[in-house]
Amino acid sequence: MSDVVLEAKNLVKYFATGSSGLLGRPDKQVQAVDGVSFSLHRGTTLGIVGESGCGKSTLARVVTRLLEPSSGSVVLDGQDITHLEGKKLRVIRQKLQMIFQDPYSSLNPRHSVGQIIATPMHVQHTISQSGEKPRVQELMELVGLNPEHYNRYPHEFSGGQRQRIGIARALSLNPAVIVADEPVSALDVSIQAQILNLLEGLQKNLGLSYIFIAHDLSVVRHIADQVAVMYLGKIVELGPASQVYSSPAHPYTKALLSAVPVADPAHRGGSGRIRLIGDVPSPVNPPSGCRFRTRCWKATDLCTSTEPVLMPDAAGRVVACHFPNEVPVNVGNAPS
Amino acid sequence: MTNIHHDIVLSVQNLSVSFATPDGLVRAVSDLSFDLHQGETLSIVGESGSGKSVTASSIMRLNNSGTATTSGKILLNGVDILTASESDVRSLRGREVAMVFQDPMSALNPYYTVGAQIDEAYLVHHPEASKKDARAVTLNMLRRVGIPSPEIRVDEYPHQFSGGMRQRIVIAIALINSPRVLIADEPTTALDVTVQAQILDLMIELQQEFNMAIILITHDLGVVAEVAQEVIVMYGGRVVEQSSVDALFAEPVHPYASGLLNAVTSLDNTARGSLQTIPGAPPSMIAIPSGCSFHPRCSFNEGVGSLCTTEVPLLRQVGNHGSHTACHLPDDQLINLRARKSA
Repeated sequence: MSDVVLEAKNLVKYFATGSSGLLGRPDKQVQAVDGVSFSLHRGTTLGIVGESGCGKSTLARVVTRLLEPSSGSVVLDGQDITHLEGKKLRVIRQKLQMIFQDPYSSLNPRHSVGQIIATPMHVQHTISQSGEKPRVQELMELVGLNPEHYNRYPHEFSGGQRQRIGIARALSLNPAVIVADEPVSALDVSIQAQILNLLEGLQKNLGLSYIFIAHDLSVVRHIADQVAVMYLGKIVELGPASQVYSSPAHPYTKALLSAVPVADPAHRGGSGRIRLIGDVPSPVNPPSGCRFRTRCWKATDLCTSTEPVLMPDAAGRVVACHFPNEVPVNVGNAPS
Repeated sequence: MTNIHHDIVLSVQNLSVSFATPDGLVRAVSDLSFDLHQGETLSIVGESGSGKSVTASSIMRLNNSGTATTSGKILLNGVDILTASESDVRSLRGREVAMVFQDPMSALNPYYTVGAQIDEAYLVHHPEASKKDARAVTLNMLRRVGIPSPEIRVDEYPHQFSGGMRQRIVIAIALINSPRVLIADEPTTALDVTVQAQILDLMIELQQEFNMAIILITHDLGVVAEVAQEVIVMYGGRVVEQSSVDALFAEPVHPYASGLLNAVTSLDNTARGSLQTIPGAPPSMIAIPSGCSFHPRCSFNEGVGSLCTTEVPLLRQVGNHGSHTACHLPDDQLINLRARKSA
C-alpha cells in the first residue's frame, strides 16, 4: 500500500456558544468534531460525506490548521502540525492547500487572475519577479484556462472557470495534499463533470492526495478511494468506497444512500427504501450513547446507554454501530 | 397513470420574456409552449440561465413590469394571465396557482409567527372567514404537512424551525387554498438529502390528495426521475427537448439532453475519470449564440453545415417515444446519439 501522507488522530473541535446573563461567559459547547481519526494515503482520495452540521467543514479547517483542534493531533508527512504557529505553520501550508466551495466569494474581485494565482507564491517567497508570469501561465494551462487571460478579473469568468482559478491557486505551491470543501456543489451538472475530471487528471499527473468533502454522495462515489461517513461530529463508517457504497454497514450510511434520488425512472419509489424521520439533532446537546439512535430504526436500550466505538471488520472497514447491517460472511458475528 | 389524458389546467403558448438591463437585452425565455394536465407533474430542467425560473415567475406574473417584456399567452381556466387585470391576477395567485420557493428561510417573514403567515394566506382568499376559522384550517394544514404538535408550533417563529420544517410550512402556505397548479422552484435544493426525500414524498402524497398539477423546476435529474411524468429540457431560454420522463431517460434525443445525462454522477457508476462532459459553459443570456444556441458546445454538428449557426431549430417529433426535440440533425442520427457518444 502507499504510505500515509496525512494522519488525523482523535481530533476534537468544540466551539463555545450560548451565555448566561449579561456579559456571561459561553456556557455551552458545539461539539462540531468529536474524536475523528483517519489516514490519507499518498496519491489517493479520501471522501468525507455527511449532512449539514455533521462537522465535515470544521474537520477540513482543523486538518488544514485554519483552526486549532481542541485536542487530538494532525500529522503531515511524519511531522506533528497540531500546534504549529507563525513561520513554522506558514511553511507547512505549502504542502497543504485548500479549494473552496463558492468560486464567487473565494476570489478577490479586485485582483486579476494573475495576481490571485501568484499570491500564495508571494506569501511563501517561492518565486522571483521574473519567474512569476511564466509560472502563473503554466498553472493556468494546467487547469485548462487560456494563459492569455492572465490580466482578466474574476467577474469575466464563468463559475466553472473560476473554480479552475481556485484550483490553479491551490496548485501554485506544489502541495502534497489538497483539501477540497464542496468544490463542485455550486456548479452546473455539465460543469461539475469537467471539474471532477480535471481533479482526477491532476491527481494522476502530479501525485496529489485529496480530502474531498461533499454532501453529494454520487460525486464522492466518482472520485474517492476511501469514504468516511460523518454524523454529528463523528465518523460512523470508514472504508473503501466500493464497499461502503455497495454494502453499507451502518444504518445511517444505508439511509443516506437510499435517500439519493436515482436518475432512472425505472427505480422510482423503489422498494427497500429507507426514510429517516425527523432532523439531525443539535450538536450542542447530542443524544446519549449512539448519536444516530434518535433516527435509527434499529435502536435499542443498548444504543441509548452505550456509545458504539469504531470496530474494524474483515475487509478493513470500520463501523460504529451495535447492530451493523451486513456482516461479511467470513467473519462470523458482529462485534458487540 | 401517465397515459390518461386529463383536462388541461394550464396552457403556455409561445411565451417569450426579455429583460432590459444596463448590459443589454436579456432574452430569458424564447417561444416556450406547453400544456399542463390535471394531476400531472411536469418538470422543467436546465442549468443556470436556461430560463426555467423566469418561466415560473411569468406564470405567477411576478416579473418586474418595468423591465420585462413579455409576449405569448398563459391560459389558466381560460384566462390569459399575461393580459388580465391586476385584481384578477391577485385573485388567481395563491388560489389557483401557488408557488414554493427554493430557500424556505427567505420565503418566510421572520417577524411573524408561522401561524400568522398561514392564516394570512387563507384569509386573503376567504375574506368572509373569521380569524378563528382561519386558525382551525391552519392547524389542520400544519398537521397534514407533518409538523409535530402543531398547536404549540403554530405560534413559533420561522427561526425556531429546521430547514426541512420550514419548507413544510412554505408548502402549507402554498396549499392552504387548494390550488390547481403548484409551481415548485428548486424546492429541495437547499435541503439535505434525507430531508429532500421526506419533502418529495410529502409533495407526491399531497398532489394525489389535492389532485393538483405540479410544475417542478430543478437542475437535479435524479429528482426529475423520482417525481415527474413529463419533462421539458431548456437551454439558452428555449426548449431543446420535450418528452415523457421515461422517454428522456431511456432515449434522450437532443445532443444537450444526452450530454447532460452522461455528465450526471451516479451511485452505481464505478468507472473513475471517465465522466462524459459537455465542453464549454452555458451561454450568457445577453449574447445568446446565433442559430441553435447549443452549437458552440455541440460535437455532432459537423455534417449539418452552417444551418446550426444560422437557423433556430424547431421542435419536431423524433423516434418512437413521442419525444419532441429542437435539433437540425436528421432523425436517424439523433436516435443513435447516446450510443455513439459513449462508444
